[in-house]
Amino acid sequence: MYSLFSVAFIARRIPLAWLQLTREKIRLLVALAGIAFACILMFIQLGFQDSLLESAIRFHVALKGEIFLVSPQSNALIAMNTFSQRRLYQTLGFEGVRAISPVYVGFALWKNPETRRTRSIFVVGVDPSADLLDLPELTPDKLEEIKKADVVLFDRRSRSEFGPIPEWLESGREVVTEVGNRRVQVGGLFEMGATFGADGTILTSDLNFLRIFPQRGRGLVDIGVVQLQPGVDPDPLVRQMRALLPEDVRVLSRAEFIDMEQTYWEEGTAIGFIFGLGVVMGFIVGIVIVYQILYTDVSDHLAEYATLKAMGYTDTYLLGVVFQEAILLAGLGYIPAFALSVLLYDLTANATLLPIAMTFNRAVLVLGLAVSMCFISGAIAVRRLRAADPADIF
Amino acid sequence: MLTPLLDQAALTSAQNAVEPVVKAEGVNHYFGEGSLRKQILFDINFVLQPGEIVLLTGPSGSGKTTLLTLLGALRSVQEGSLQVLGQELRGAQPSTLIQIRRQVGYIFQAHNLLRSLTAAQNVRMALELHNGLAPQQVQQRAEEMLAAVGLGDRVHSYPEQLSGGQKQRVAIARALVSHPKLVLADEPTAALDSKSGREVVTLMEKLAREQGCTILMVTHDNRILDIADRVLHMEDGRLESQAVA
Repeated sequence: MYSLFSVAFIARRIPLAWLQLTREKIRLLVALAGIAFACILMFIQLGFQDSLLESAIRFHVALKGEIFLVSPQSNALIAMNTFSQRRLYQTLGFEGVRAISPVYVGFALWKNPETRRTRSIFVVGVDPSADLLDLPELTPDKLEEIKKADVVLFDRRSRSEFGPIPEWLESGREVVTEVGNRRVQVGGLFEMGATFGADGTILTSDLNFLRIFPQRGRGLVDIGVVQLQPGVDPDPLVRQMRALLPEDVRVLSRAEFIDMEQTYWEEGTAIGFIFGLGVVMGFIVGIVIVYQILYTDVSDHLAEYATLKAMGYTDTYLLGVVFQEAILLAGLGYIPAFALSVLLYDLTANATLLPIAMTFNRAVLVLGLAVSMCFISGAIAVRRLRAADPADIF
Repeated sequence: MLTPLLDQAALTSAQNAVEPVVKAEGVNHYFGEGSLRKQILFDINFVLQPGEIVLLTGPSGSGKTTLLTLLGALRSVQEGSLQVLGQELRGAQPSTLIQIRRQVGYIFQAHNLLRSLTAAQNVRMALELHNGLAPQQVQQRAEEMLAAVGLGDRVHSYPEQLSGGQKQRVAIARALVSHPKLVLADEPTAALDSKSGREVVTLMEKLAREQGCTILMVTHDNRILDIADRVLHMEDGRLESQAVA
């Protein structure tokens, strides 16, 4: 205790804001709990939103290609329309194009081989001989596997409701189940991860895909991937293709392709709005809590602040004290909120298999929000200082 | 003992050494606006010389406190001329008023100490208004001042750990630590029992004599009239001078 006093004494000036805040420990703790709660709320909401947007594009990021063709009616992976693969072949005529490859996506019912319950799974069909996907564990020998009829690869990070597929495979057990109305064998595992749109993913060849979805006509594809020769700038090519290809296909650069998916989730669904609202709620709760603390503090010390004015302290000094208290509250509330949020992210990631983790940008963003939260409260609370009239204290 | 501070307060008062500390001429003061306007002070004229201890007595509502707040630059002067430490307060800029406040020591009826600060920190708050002292010096001077008011062993105590008389002595230490040329006190003994009240007043007198500062003290307490050089009496906003018997 005494050493703490000594530290305060050596200070150039008496740290009044700090001493006023820390004098009543219980009140400070309650205040910090409130601010931490507001920060955690913002961390969780922003974390979920980022996770949603990041998980939504996992498949996009894994696709190796510079230019992508989609139907003009396609909005997102969960809402794709097909277009004629002739358009994709037409792009071969552009200078700089090295290879093209069609990708088929769709949702089918997967039967859990253990419980026999069905659940909708994301099915991806690619040409197994094309070098198209950059995913962990997706080795060439596994792509060989799906050349066989009715063999699929299973995403080991699919939700557990699809069955203990990774465990069974790793223990050497043969996994046979049904997708759509077709009997398939799981020939191996790869790693991608669940998204908000898809709880699980299987990967197979284009031919197997069409066996699972017999109603899908040949020659109609969901995504056309265009790979360019090394060193070719994709942007002029995108413009050329747009000018020359008919209106029944959309030409997207890699960034636009990713952006299409994120925009769908952020703006085309209620999800972006809900998370945004959550952040605003956290922010407002924080403002109210900090305002309460600062207002009470100024009111409790009104006579003392008036005395300081009488002694010759300026209004600016007292404003400074209130704002310093605001900043201290923001900082002290943020630290436990940060630590708890890291923990909560970890719990959430394990429970949902969504990619949710603390990022530097979000840490800075929430710190900025916490500081502005406390500043707004401070700006409202200092109006109370006007009541500190030095002429009233005699 | 305590050495004078080489700050603006000391310099200003050195230049005005022969001038009176306070000079009031025809000061009138009103509260309220329009038809509610009520005159509180009527044609106040008086002078306080350096080193004087002057008591201001009078019934409640006679305007004593209003006069005190005018002298302390806590309220603007409306009519007449009021010079404090050589500065005209009427029409003075807010920055001038703040400068005057820093050169005046205030002792209140309630001690008005900062509850979050120790005795020494409270005293330091007054010293930190004046630049040019190293933090160690500030701390040393605060502790010396507390020792001078008999609280050398309570420097690290918080106000809530001190008795009423001790708190008022901390307030005196805070008012006098920067060696003001003028101390304004508003019934400093009102909240104290007669013994502590007497101690507090004796202490103020002793320190004021040592530092040569002028004290204007509002009081109802007849037992302490003996410390005064002069007594001013106020009645219905008018000042009547009385010599000490």
